[in-house]
Amino acid sequence: MKRWLATAALALSLCGVAHAAIDTYQFATDAERDRYRELTQELRCPKCQNQDIADSNAPIAADLRREIFRMLGEGKDNQQIIDFMVDRYGDFVRYKPALTARTFLLWFGPGILLVGGVGVILLIVRRRKRISADVDPDLSPEERMRLATLLDKDHP
Amino acid sequence: MKRWMLIVPLALFLVMAVLLYRGLFLDPSALPSAMIDKPFPAFSLPAVQGGKTVTQDDLKGKPALVNVWGTWCVSCRIEHPVLTKLAQQGVVIYGVNYKDDNAAAIKWLQDFHNPYQISISDEQGNLGLNLGVYGAPETFLIDAKGVIRYKHVGVIDDAVWHDQLAGLYQGLVDEAKQ
Repeated sequence: MKRWLATAALALSLCGVAHAAIDTYQFATDAERDRYRELTQELRCPKCQNQDIADSNAPIAADLRREIFRMLGEGKDNQQIIDFMVDRYGDFVRYKPALTARTFLLWFGPGILLVGGVGVILLIVRRRKRISADVDPDLSPEERMRLATLLDKDHP
Repeated sequence: MKRWMLIVPLALFLVMAVLLYRGLFLDPSALPSAMIDKPFPAFSLPAVQGGKTVTQDDLKGKPALVNVWGTWCVSCRIEHPVLTKLAQQGVVIYGVNYKDDNAAAIKWLQDFHNPYQISISDEQGNLGLNLGVYGAPETFLIDAKGVIRYKHVGVIDDAVWHDQLAGLYQGLVDEAKQ
């Protein structure tokens, strides 16, 4: 029993070690830590494509985290760090792609579709209105006579 | 309603259908390399065997394949005989031993054949990072001036060589002769 407990205690303590080993960076300031978190969550892991590099256990993600930590330490700003990654891995690594001619549709496509849809609906509504406005609510005397005969079928 | 308006929904449908159909055959994990037409990144690293310092200038002069590999990489073992065959045919191949144990790399090159004219030891993975490597094997095609012209991610087998790389490599060789 004692040995079992010792094994369990050892396993538990190793858990802690293994977990902490994921990242043990010491940041100079809290602001730097926040920027690190922000950057690692905005950059996408090139290997495991639907994870950000904060989330991924791939060795490449660990390398990129180390690189970001190093650049933060060198006093680079966020844009410089993102440019560094984009230079190497392309626009793909950004979860927020830069606004360029190629990404124009990506950014504004949904808006354009929405405006287009609203435009089509407005057109349809207006046309309906015009059609119903074209119908004259006032009947001519002949039409009144005819309506009366139709309604009053039983008593001509 | 104007008559031509009637075909608008059909036209939209056809455009969507063509795009989606094409999408079926795209590989979503294929990443276009950001390094194409950029010079090979500067580096100064030891050779795998002997430890002599190698820099980017050593890769200039001839069009070549730069193969990123590691002993931990299972598919590199599949690729290795193909590279060996290419090297025997006179294709210039340089190796980047990426994030690997150097002793294991030396053993690998001794046990199998060594197809690399120069083997660079990138134990920390910094050169790999500057190359935008995200897995191994990856192979870059560089021209005689050391500019990256093409990148292939994954194993080079006979089909890949014939269909994609051989023509490009020959093109660079011809370009270098001019």
